[in-house]
Amino acid sequence: MKHATLGEWVLYGAVCAYLLALYALPSDVWLGFTINALIVTVLSIAWNITGGYGGQMSFGHAALFGTGAFVTAILQVRLGVNPWLAAPLAIAAAALVAGVIGALSFRYGLKGSYFALVTLAFAEVLRILASSFSITGGGQGILVPYKAGVENLQFASRVSTYTLALALVALGMLVTAWMQRSRFGAYLIAIRENEEAAKALGIDTFRTKVLAMVLSGAIAGTAGVAYLQTFLFVDSQIAYGASMSVEALLGPMIGGSGTLWGPLVGTLALHLLGESAKELVSGAPGLNLVLYGVVLLVILRYLPDGLVGLARRVRLPRRAPAASMKEAR
Amino acid sequence: MLRVANVTKRFGGLVAVNDASLTLEQGRIVALIGPNGAGKTTLFAMIGGFLTPDAGSITFEGQEIAGLPPHAICRLGLTRTFQIVQPFAGLTVLENIAVGAHLHHRSRADALERARLVAEQVGMGRMLDQSAQSLTVAGRKRLELARALATEAKLLLLDEVMAGLIPSEIVEIVATIRQIRDSGVTILLIEHVMQAVMSLSEEAYVLNQGKMIAHGTPKQLVADPTVIEAYLGHGAAERLKGGAHA
Repeated sequence: MKHATLGEWVLYGAVCAYLLALYALPSDVWLGFTINALIVTVLSIAWNITGGYGGQMSFGHAALFGTGAFVTAILQVRLGVNPWLAAPLAIAAAALVAGVIGALSFRYGLKGSYFALVTLAFAEVLRILASSFSITGGGQGILVPYKAGVENLQFASRVSTYTLALALVALGMLVTAWMQRSRFGAYLIAIRENEEAAKALGIDTFRTKVLAMVLSGAIAGTAGVAYLQTFLFVDSQIAYGASMSVEALLGPMIGGSGTLWGPLVGTLALHLLGESAKELVSGAPGLNLVLYGVVLLVILRYLPDGLVGLARRVRLPRRAPAASMKEAR
Repeated sequence: MLRVANVTKRFGGLVAVNDASLTLEQGRIVALIGPNGAGKTTLFAMIGGFLTPDAGSITFEGQEIAGLPPHAICRLGLTRTFQIVQPFAGLTVLENIAVGAHLHHRSRADALERARLVAEQVGMGRMLDQSAQSLTVAGRKRLELARALATEAKLLLLDEVMAGLIPSEIVEIVATIRQIRDSGVTILLIEHVMQAVMSLSEEAYVLNQGKMIAHGTPKQLVADPTVIEAYLGHGAAERLKGGAHA
């Protein structure tokens, strides 16, 4: 592991300071905003494992997120299962769906844009199925009755929900950090960098990619469960819609894909940007999306390795000032 | 140690490798030579599991390996390098080598430790933190070698590790390859640099248009009329002989 640079310390410090400041000055608006961003961050962390570390760019992580949300909703509402039991089952279901999608795609050697299209197709199929059957509430979705209490995995206070979301993000980042230091992670990165060379060095690339999908599915499913427990509602559009798949990949892309902090930094930045754009041009509906899009394009064009990559290049001018100028280019 | 028996590979109407056989004994450095397009790399790809032969058998230490996937073959102790170098471009030299070392070392620390040793062995000890894409051609070729070596292979297939190197770099890598052999690794190499083939290998096989046309010591082979004709065209051996008399 390389040592963190000054820029990284500042960036991560600022993120942590913001997240902790919400405990000191709890505002319902900011808490609500951040809870939403943190749940999307969990989904981004899931995407980052396959897309960022493994180089398998999924465009259909909604399939996994939605499965987590729907399975836990169905188990609770239709079968009366306790949320604490429904959650692990939903996470397992999402991991299973991820494993099946991965096994089918990788079995036939799909990569790059083909893999992206197939994952998008899986998510769309699930969306249409979910909107057609009554078990998923059809076009109306599923509303989970509000029964606040720890035993129901629902919290009356926003601070508690916030703590749960924050804990899930921390857990996701711990899993990522573990992966980075493990053989599994080294193999996954090797596959991203060069799959043929990885095979020649004894890596079972199919198995590694499917395992990455399963892990990613479990985390995305966790995000789905957290979403449901927070908003107590899910329908086919929220769960399996393309916008969720886009959210999953935008965070890591903006933050820095294949980095530990990328999903969190990127998702927070994106949500802040989206909100500010709304505030700035509140008079003209739609204009906020234009502004949002322009800023996104600028970031993608000039920061190919994301905000974390930018922060990495900012370091103390130690010995040679000329070198640091080159670095900060 | 390795026995390739009557192996054939067709790509549509083209017979890339036609009924080729070779035997490799443990502890040797054996060269596989032949003109461009002879099928050398195809034969390597079949031995390494990247292609499945249409006919014939390949056994490694008595076990049939034809048709096994590359990672399974690598686990048995047979690793190949690529003619067109395939570095993990975004990773450092050390991280590249560690990927190979992970085959027998689960923990990251052990793999990195092993990678450092291998880097020393191939003379890359001072480049550990360089990114693979910043390496020169010679550096990348060395990295291919180091990664393969880190898998603790018993048999290394080296596909043109000297192509594109300047003479002084060739001298260095020849010494490195000899050291690797002395440490107990058997080596089969494809090479066009005849100087290296002559000085390194104890025996060589010649492949031409998919067929194994000769086998012997390098000295025997350069005097063999069939080999000369394979490289220089029909009648070349005669003309050379005639030229010598005139």
